[in-house]
Amino acid sequence: MLETDSLTIRFGGHAAVDGVSCAFKPGTLTSIVGPNGAGKTTYFNLISGQLPATSGTVRLNGQDITALAAPRRTRLGLGRAFQLTNLFPNLSALENVRLAVQVKSGKALDLFSRASTHRELTDRAREHLAAVSLSDRADTVAATLPHGDQRKLEVAILLALEPDIFMFDEPTAGMSIDDVPTVLDIIAAIKKRGDKTILLVEHKMDVVRSLSDRIVVLHQGKLVADGLPAEVINSDIVREAYLGGAADG
Amino acid sequence: MLKSLLSDDLPKSRWLALLLVAILIGLAVAPFLFPGAKSLNVAARICVFIVLAASFDLLLGYTGIVSFAHTMFFGIGAYGVAIALTRMGPGWDAVAVGVGAGLVLAIALAVLIGLFSLRLRTIFFAMITLAVASAFAILASQLSDLTGGEDGLNYRLPVALRPSFKLFEGFNGRLLDYYIVFFVSLALLLGMLRIVNSPFGSVLMAIRENPFRAEAIGYRTVVYRTLASCIAAAAAALAGALLALWSAQASPDTTLSFDIMVDILLMVVIGGMGTMYGAVVGAVLLVLAQNYLQALLGDRWLLWLGLAFILCVYFFPTGIVGRLRRR
Repeated sequence: MLETDSLTIRFGGHAAVDGVSCAFKPGTLTSIVGPNGAGKTTYFNLISGQLPATSGTVRLNGQDITALAAPRRTRLGLGRAFQLTNLFPNLSALENVRLAVQVKSGKALDLFSRASTHRELTDRAREHLAAVSLSDRADTVAATLPHGDQRKLEVAILLALEPDIFMFDEPTAGMSIDDVPTVLDIIAAIKKRGDKTILLVEHKMDVVRSLSDRIVVLHQGKLVADGLPAEVINSDIVREAYLGGAADG
Repeated sequence: MLKSLLSDDLPKSRWLALLLVAILIGLAVAPFLFPGAKSLNVAARICVFIVLAASFDLLLGYTGIVSFAHTMFFGIGAYGVAIALTRMGPGWDAVAVGVGAGLVLAIALAVLIGLFSLRLRTIFFAMITLAVASAFAILASQLSDLTGGEDGLNYRLPVALRPSFKLFEGFNGRLLDYYIVFFVSLALLLGMLRIVNSPFGSVLMAIRENPFRAEAIGYRTVVYRTLASCIAAAAAALAGALLALWSAQASPDTTLSFDIMVDILLMVVIGGMGTMYGAVVGAVLLVLAQNYLQALLGDRWLLWLGLAFILCVYFFPTGIVGRLRRR
């Protein structure tokens, strides 16, 4: 179980995330919604360790991970896909995914074998590429992939980490209509396995409504609503928060 | 067999393959193909600089670390052998002690610089390496009791490496010395080629491409960067030891000067960053140019060399190897 307790970060005097306490159970998909600037991505950064918390704690399965660096958290089972595509641009799509598979294999400090001889890593990477239907792009350099394919590769890297906690930050942003179902199907498939925790930041309300078990609303860094989708989406506070600032909903 | 020796990193271009085979054969039979003290000296320097440039490329081209301290490690290796041979007399025990001490000091310094400053941004790290390298060069010229100061050290090589020594008819100590330099350099190059194509090497390239994402998927970049620095430092120190074992002298000018730093930077950039073969091609071209261009072009050879570099970088931004590999 992933928990945050009074999690706060201040930039100068401004609290971008302000005392957010929330727990995420395995087997549930929680959507985090709120207008632009509400602190959703910052909240993700605090959980996955890209930013240090000013105060409050992050706990994973009871262990306090607030002080751990991002690589440690990833190896403990926190997996994160980024909102802005964040790949290894001059490496092939396959190599992008293979690097993520390699993390847990314990082979990364192997200096004297050829990377190509570790077939099992390459094969697993190919499976993850196939899951996002990028098999035919395996040898394409990541930077030259179309935007939609880069987004899918981002998801494949997350799958390759085989985390317990999946954090998706607007996974379908900027994707063409044709590509969106591929990603949503993947998220649905992870959810169906029942033992994974999924956190989703998403603006498309129809996506949120159909996938979520629970919705958490952030507004100006604070948690302002938390409940079942049907309750939260129709509540006054969400309408006010969301319609106040969301032009791209 | 060849694939395994080259760690799957084949030249991937017919012209590059031909060029590399020509270099390999040229260096392997240099003493017989190009007789004479000067050409043998040039061939040995090419071998040494291939190792030095390749180890620098491991940092710059593969890991994305900009360091100006690479000649410091080269100098440490050279001075290690030079000091040991001066103090202990011309024996193989002195060579072993010198190489060992040089390696230990080089790796220890690389760890220190790495742990203290690899977390910094590229430019600040580069500045720190520049400061450390300058301080070290000054130290070497000031500690004249140990290093011979500005004049450096001249010492006698082990008997088996002297011209007067005959292994058999037609094969003297200088040839033995040359082939030690040649085969050790070849082994070091193939070793580095293996490292950059290993799982570890793939992490180095990930760090070069996107250190932020490399951290996010679980790699502690400072560990990998420090380890890469240590490997590069060790290889540079061994290159220095080979030079000391070949030239029977070590001085700040020939091992520690900033000119050499600029030379290896040019070798890597002209040959092609991020390819070990680029370092090979770059080192061959630059050492040949430095030794023969003056005879061909007269006193203004440096001007023409500079012009050639500018054109080279302008027309082949990915280096000669990058250009040859482009289909």
